[in-house]
Amino acid sequence: MLDTFIDITLLAFLTITAIAIIKVRDLFVVIMLFSIFSLHSAGLFVVMDAADVAFTEAAVGAGISTVLMLATLALTKDHDEKRPAHKARLPLLVVLITGAALVYGTYDIPSFGDPDAPAQAHVKPYYIEQSMRETGVPNTVTAVLASYRGYDTLGEVTVIFTAGIGVMLLIGGRLTRKRDKEDDR
Amino acid sequence: MKHNLVLRFITKYLFPVIALFALYVQFHGDYGPGGGFQAGVILSVAFILYAMVFGMESMEKVLPLGLLRTLASTGVLIYAATGVTTLLMGGNFLDYDILSQLPIQGQHIGIMIIELGVGITVSAVMLIIFYAFTDRRNYD
Amino acid sequence: MIDTIIGHYNYWVVILLMMAGFYTVINRGNLIKKIAGLNIFQTSVFLLYISIGYVNEGTTPIIAEGFTRYANPLPHVLILTAIVVGVSTTALGLALVVRIKRAYGTIEEDEIHDKDMSL
Repeated sequence: MLDTFIDITLLAFLTITAIAIIKVRDLFVVIMLFSIFSLHSAGLFVVMDAADVAFTEAAVGAGISTVLMLATLALTKDHDEKRPAHKARLPLLVVLITGAALVYGTYDIPSFGDPDAPAQAHVKPYYIEQSMRETGVPNTVTAVLASYRGYDTLGEVTVIFTAGIGVMLLIGGRLTRKRDKEDDR
Repeated sequence: MKHNLVLRFITKYLFPVIALFALYVQFHGDYGPGGGFQAGVILSVAFILYAMVFGMESMEKVLPLGLLRTLASTGVLIYAATGVTTLLMGGNFLDYDILSQLPIQGQHIGIMIIELGVGITVSAVMLIIFYAFTDRRNYD
Repeated sequence: MIDTIIGHYNYWVVILLMMAGFYTVINRGNLIKKIAGLNIFQTSVFLLYISIGYVNEGTTPIIAEGFTRYANPLPHVLILTAIVVGVSTTALGLALVVRIKRAYGTIEEDEIHDKDMSL
């Protein structure tokens, strides 16, 4: 019961924050609201029994993402968003149709928290029952991440590494800066 | 923020706690919530806090960018090398059972090593990105 | 009817959040705001995945004595890595915004288009 109450409260907070992000035009406020959004979703992850995910979201969403966005704001020096020249009608229509299609799709999903849902029936029992015997690691998330899906994780780490190189090439390197200066002249 | 006494004082005491917590999350990830991804992010948050309060100059003295670049690639290499090692020992790629006499012990060793690789890469890449965005040369 | 609402309100609110992010991406011209919208969309997708893995009266998937019902660990693994990959790609997007600002002098989409047209 308490779970449901906390769940609904956090979802309400998230909705209010999301609407505020659409409305507000001061970019500094947008970024701070986004940080709050991340923190609330981290709370929601805890309610939904995903402690590992909540950990990461709290550190990444509320911490690093916010710092990076603030740094970009400081670099671009545009603190206020201009009003879009076009009408909001067409985007609103697209969003409403997409949303309606997705809501229609949820009718085929089993109810929230249903233990007999197909999503719970496939590989999960194997992971829960066998991972302790096969890997000796009580935290199933770590066992799946590092052992059963180790290949997958190698790919993810490579993606992160590549993104780091990309950022370095775009704004971090000494060479690009020099060439920029020459272009300006 | 360089002259804010309260922030400086608190950061000085908070930094080791956050860094220690990151190490706990890294090496206790098998038994509690945690692992390389979380630990890497938490460790980089500790350094970002330090850099924001004490300035980038003192941060660059502690962790030069060149070192971070090396660390970022080292992490990926540790991960891939573990896979190659298991291949050379006669198993499948990333099949940790073969790393030790007992399969479970092998799994423990393998998971610990690759989580370490993940942690090193994630924290180094996060800090590289932070360095790029706070690069003084970008503010002209 | 009531059962459907109780069983699905979580998904619906998540879809509402997703659409809020989507709307920000397609309607707003400011690139930083677009990226904030993209991040909201992303976080909502994470919430959807974790909602699907949730089990009533279950617990965090860390095997311990006295518990038999656990949440599905697979979505947790996927989302855990997706969050960290997400922040790296966000950083890449923000780096592009910085470069665009340097090249065009603005981060408003309409003004960038105007400058492209006038070339």
